[in-house]
Amino acid sequence: MSDASSATARTIAQAPPSPIRDFWNAFKENRGAVMGMVVFALFLLIAIFAPILSPYPPDAQFRDSLLVPPVWEDGGKWQFPLGTDPLGRDMVSRLIHGARFSFFIGLVVVTVATFFGVVIGVIAGFAPRWLDTIIMRIMDIVLSFPSLLMALVLVAILGPSLLNAMVAIAIVLQPHFVRLTRAAVISERTRDYVTAARVAGAGRLRIMFRTVLPNCLAPIIVQAALSFSTAILDAAALGFLGMGAQPPTPEWGTMLAEAREFILRAWWVVTFPGLCILVTVLAINLMGDGLRDALDPKLKRS
Amino acid sequence: MSEAILTADTLKRHYEVGGGPFSKPATVRALDGASFALEPGKTLAVVGESGCGKSTLARVVTMIEPPSGGTLAIRGKEVGPDGASKDRDLRAMVQIVFQDPYGSLNPRQTIGQTLMEPLKLNRPEVSAEERRKRAADMLEMVGLRAEHFDRYPHMFSGGQRQRIAVGRALMLEPKILVLDEPVSALDLSIQSQVLNLLIDLQEKFQLAYLFISHDLSVVRHLADEVMVMYLGRPVETGPKDDVFAHPRHPYTRALLSATPVADPRHTRNRIKLEGELPSPMNVPEGCPFNPRCWKATEECREAFPPYEGERHRYACYHPIEE
Amino acid sequence: MPLLEIRNLSVEFATTSGAFRAVDGVDINVEPGDLMAIVGESGSGKSVSMLAVMGLLPWTATITADRMAFNGHDLRGMSPKQRRRIIGRDMSMIFQEPMSSLNPCFTVGFQIKESLKKHTDLDRKGRQDRAIELMNLVGIPAPEKRLNAFPHQLSGGMSQRAMIAMALACEPKLLIADEPTTALDVTIQAQILELLTGLQEETGMALILITHDMGVVAETVKRVQVQYAGQKVEEQEVGALFDDPHHPYTAALLAALPERATERRLPTIPGVVPGQFDRPEGCLFSPRCRFANAHCKAVEPVQAAPEMGLALCHYPLSHGEPTNREKAS
Repeated sequence: MSDASSATARTIAQAPPSPIRDFWNAFKENRGAVMGMVVFALFLLIAIFAPILSPYPPDAQFRDSLLVPPVWEDGGKWQFPLGTDPLGRDMVSRLIHGARFSFFIGLVVVTVATFFGVVIGVIAGFAPRWLDTIIMRIMDIVLSFPSLLMALVLVAILGPSLLNAMVAIAIVLQPHFVRLTRAAVISERTRDYVTAARVAGAGRLRIMFRTVLPNCLAPIIVQAALSFSTAILDAAALGFLGMGAQPPTPEWGTMLAEAREFILRAWWVVTFPGLCILVTVLAINLMGDGLRDALDPKLKRS
Repeated sequence: MSEAILTADTLKRHYEVGGGPFSKPATVRALDGASFALEPGKTLAVVGESGCGKSTLARVVTMIEPPSGGTLAIRGKEVGPDGASKDRDLRAMVQIVFQDPYGSLNPRQTIGQTLMEPLKLNRPEVSAEERRKRAADMLEMVGLRAEHFDRYPHMFSGGQRQRIAVGRALMLEPKILVLDEPVSALDLSIQSQVLNLLIDLQEKFQLAYLFISHDLSVVRHLADEVMVMYLGRPVETGPKDDVFAHPRHPYTRALLSATPVADPRHTRNRIKLEGELPSPMNVPEGCPFNPRCWKATEECREAFPPYEGERHRYACYHPIEE
Repeated sequence: MPLLEIRNLSVEFATTSGAFRAVDGVDINVEPGDLMAIVGESGSGKSVSMLAVMGLLPWTATITADRMAFNGHDLRGMSPKQRRRIIGRDMSMIFQEPMSSLNPCFTVGFQIKESLKKHTDLDRKGRQDRAIELMNLVGIPAPEKRLNAFPHQLSGGMSQRAMIAMALACEPKLLIADEPTTALDVTIQAQILELLTGLQEETGMALILITHDMGVVAETVKRVQVQYAGQKVEEQEVGALFDDPHHPYTAALLAALPERATERRLPTIPGVVPGQFDRPEGCLFSPRCRFANAHCKAVEPVQAAPEMGLALCHYPLSHGEPTNREKAS
């Protein structure tokens, strides 16, 4: 007996890499994901330090410089590197502050949707069949509407504002989390360690949130990352339709909407907010895919 | 013969499966009348093939699921319909070790947390310090070292995980341990280490083991009593030596002869069973073994045979003569 | 000429945490009509080496060998197209999980006939007849009806029979059975093993049985190759192996069998099989070997003489006692 244990102890001395290390090894193999993460980090930094980085306040108007083109075009000036909008506001400053709004929208929407989605999903996963059926049918109904249309209806009821738009997007996104969590919970629930916790005397709530939930987090994290970009995109779309953030808020979608009529005369007022949305969403999706590859055990090769 | 610590009398567990809005649910008789007793320091081995109800039996005895019929009594006290969910002392009496060491430990808990959890939940009066000390002692008792305390399960091999699972089961100082195929997922060289550990622990704490296995060579080595099950029912029960040397039920005989023996010179006298195992959804009438049995007669197709014998009991109309 | 000849086969997997050598210098020799087993615990590389021969490993694997020939054809550097012509026809494999080895979307009959279509020039009618003949051969009752069954409608034993029928479709010269009965119940296992050995005798094909079960080995095969941590450590006739194992690992493994136990405490092998991160110096078994000395822990052993079972050991055992000891010291 004693020799057995000493030998087992010796072999464990060189432990395999930690899960975080393992995750990073898998993640960094995906170049797109790493690039996405770098862009996302930049985006985050810009959002945090927006007041320091931006040359002017976002609503400062320069009446003598309306629709100034970017610096490399004829008539551009170094004072406004990306030009100004029809009201003479500096594009760079507005875009930088727009990052703030987008990040804020993404964060709030994802937090709200994840929190409620996960809680409802765990409950559905553990609930008796009738309750589970009721919850999932409600989620199916929410999912059966085109998401933007659903958000539009909600905003129409609640009134157009950035906050209401965020609430609407969170409601639209949340069924995805419910479904995902429920599926993960159901597959995890029958594992032996859960039974072992029950035999040890763990109560229902403890099993739901302490034992099972932490083991279902990987797909939820991936979904949260991907929802972040959906939230930004939807918020921009609502803003563009005039149902989200209201002018003069420098939100990218709203900026697009405001500049609609100048599309032919001044390309830069629509192109740059659009590019910002594109790059951010692309970066987050790339990162999300990388997360999925690294966290999803089914795709892991070993 | 010492006092039994657990007695089960015609224990049953039926499940309803299927049954949506358009179909009637079917009843699966996963466990259909098992009677046995466990004694301190002794091992009752339950053997049988898939669908014989041995895992259901483990869940009923561990009070994870209530029996659908029959009684389960621990220390002479009958277990109520609530099982152990309300009764800490009852819960502490019976613990379980599962087959798959990779699925039975929570991947997000350290070994220390895993070991301390039962104490935390059932003995709130024990201080955190004391809890830690007891868990560390247990780690040592099952053959691991103190520095493993804060590691996660993925850093351990199958055999080490099974030691941890045994340790967790013993934290509440149970009197009865249900071992659901504890070594069948382990490699041969590791299997003997874990079996020795189980033997040591049984002697030290006078544990009663309900040892569930399909591996007859392990059962022969470890068990005191053997219960052979087929499709939810025990067909033969008795002291190990009697059952292995003089099986009375044809199924026991067939099972013994089908088990490969690790000796090339061993002369095989194999009874070739025809046909497949029936599904537990669709158990044959009468003696469940009758469609595969070479001795079956009209009688066997009509009713389940009564149990015969005293200590060595069997349910067969045409038992094999000794 | 041997049917399958492999010299110094190594397989390395690229993992996110570095290279992992799953098979390390293994030799395999199979004569036509041979009945042999490759025995080992998990991590012994027994399945991987056979998958390498079949060309079924994922792209993360790097396969190297001094020689790898089947029926005179060099398998190394063979194009996938040429390889496919051999695999499935002359060399075939069945797996541990019969339920997941059959495609659940197609009937059993379709899957058998597909294999016939690929490798033979039988017409539609001929394929149907051959499929029924095969189903009869592997003992599936009412074959005409079962041909139209989907895999989920068959039990584990029946699925494994169907897999065997598929593997035998083109009368292979070599059948590799990778733990064919591990997922099955004991009484079904007995049926399948009997079927396999019966077929081997009837058709004269060679059969390689990959298993971890010493009981199955003792009852089924003629020759045994023992693998440990990716290396071949011993090869003997089955009777001789059980009587007088020459490698300490084989000896310890046999001693650990509960049915060979003489007392209540079983003899154990301390420690665990080395993994990716704890490969020892010298002999891979040395940390767990009760005969090991400083020499074993420093120097890699070479194969012993054939009469010593080609044991990969400095001091191969003879009747439980190490030999060659004096010479080294």
